[in-house]
Amino acid sequence: MNNIYVQLIWAYIKIGIFGFGGGYAMLSLVEKSVVGPGWISETMFTDIVAISQMTPGPIGINSATYIGYVAPGSVDPAFQGVGWGILGSMLATLAVVLPSFFLVLYSSHFIRRHQESGAIKAIFSGLRPVVVGLIASAAILLMNSANFNPNGVTWQLVTNIIICVAAFCLVFFPIPWKGKKIKLHPILVIILAGLAGYIIY
Amino acid sequence: MTEKKDNRNLYLKLFTSFFKIGAFTFGGGWAMISIIEREIVDKNHWIERDDFLDLLAVAQSLPGILAVNIATAVGDKLHGLKGSALAALGTILPSFLLILLIAIFLTPDMIKNNHTISAIFMGIRPAVVALIIAPVITSAKAAKLQWKTVWIPVVTALMISLDMGTVSSPILYIVLGALGGFAVWKISEKGLKKR
Repeated sequence: MNNIYVQLIWAYIKIGIFGFGGGYAMLSLVEKSVVGPGWISETMFTDIVAISQMTPGPIGINSATYIGYVAPGSVDPAFQGVGWGILGSMLATLAVVLPSFFLVLYSSHFIRRHQESGAIKAIFSGLRPVVVGLIASAAILLMNSANFNPNGVTWQLVTNIIICVAAFCLVFFPIPWKGKKIKLHPILVIILAGLAGYIIY
Repeated sequence: MTEKKDNRNLYLKLFTSFFKIGAFTFGGGWAMISIIEREIVDKNHWIERDDFLDLLAVAQSLPGILAVNIATAVGDKLHGLKGSALAALGTILPSFLLILLIAIFLTPDMIKNNHTISAIFMGIRPAVVALIIAPVITSAKAAKLQWKTVWIPVVTALMISLDMGTVSSPILYIVLGALGGFAVWKISEKGLKKR
């Protein structure tokens, strides 16, 4: 079948299976699979990445939704129109999600069935410290100039460091409120940070 | 009848929790850990913190989109297949709908060159980094690190952030961690038998 929808599904199933490491690690694979066959142009791909960074949600989903919408119409004029686009984005998004969905489900069940076994317990006791390191590495990798100083201006760098420290204090340390100690919800902190960005920049 | 209703409420709560998580996840799966911890561990007490760490290990070890993997693992732990489907759907839907609206009604340039949106994101990006630093500390506590084991996360984090190809691949350290845990267990088991 050379139908664009079949190709889309197949491409995104492959991305879902071989995309390790999540997010940006998957991007080069996505780029190869969608720019290669000429579904979208290189410039458009860069645009989609930029949009993904400016909207919430996993970048893998964002790109599948967008490319799934655009690709059918750009490959075959017969598939131009909103309906065909929505169909493409639904299929691509499902294709990228379903393989790992079932993999996670199967692994979780396997682990639960054997959770009393010494081997499984031992493996997880070895994994826990590694996961702590993985989260730390994600934080370190994001402490880059794209996030803290995209324009190369010193006062912006200082402001962004202050925002980061303030956000950390707000989510981590309880603040006294009407006699009780509460910790701010991370979602509220994101909204406050967005508001600060809007006012400052 | 009431049990059925209770169940339905739980499913709805699970879905809305992950919908919120999906709507406010900026910068990939790791950034959602803070929000998941608050919603799932602190607020609803659905999962213990150290169990959550184990789910993270599973989610990260498998291919696919990290955020969806985490949601699937948490949903499954709570309510099996239905739970995982609802949690995964909740995580996906906000960005799916938003991107679809953008694709239908806007051109990429309208977003890229919009000063208001880029200003808001200038503020959000450093805060997202803070949201990832916070769970480093809470998970270090949950992992019950001791002097004997504290080097593991330090070396892992350093090696991965060097960003040197295969040596910096997270998968490598997951495999090493699993093998290490297994080896320590085997050796100590042998020691017990000898005694």
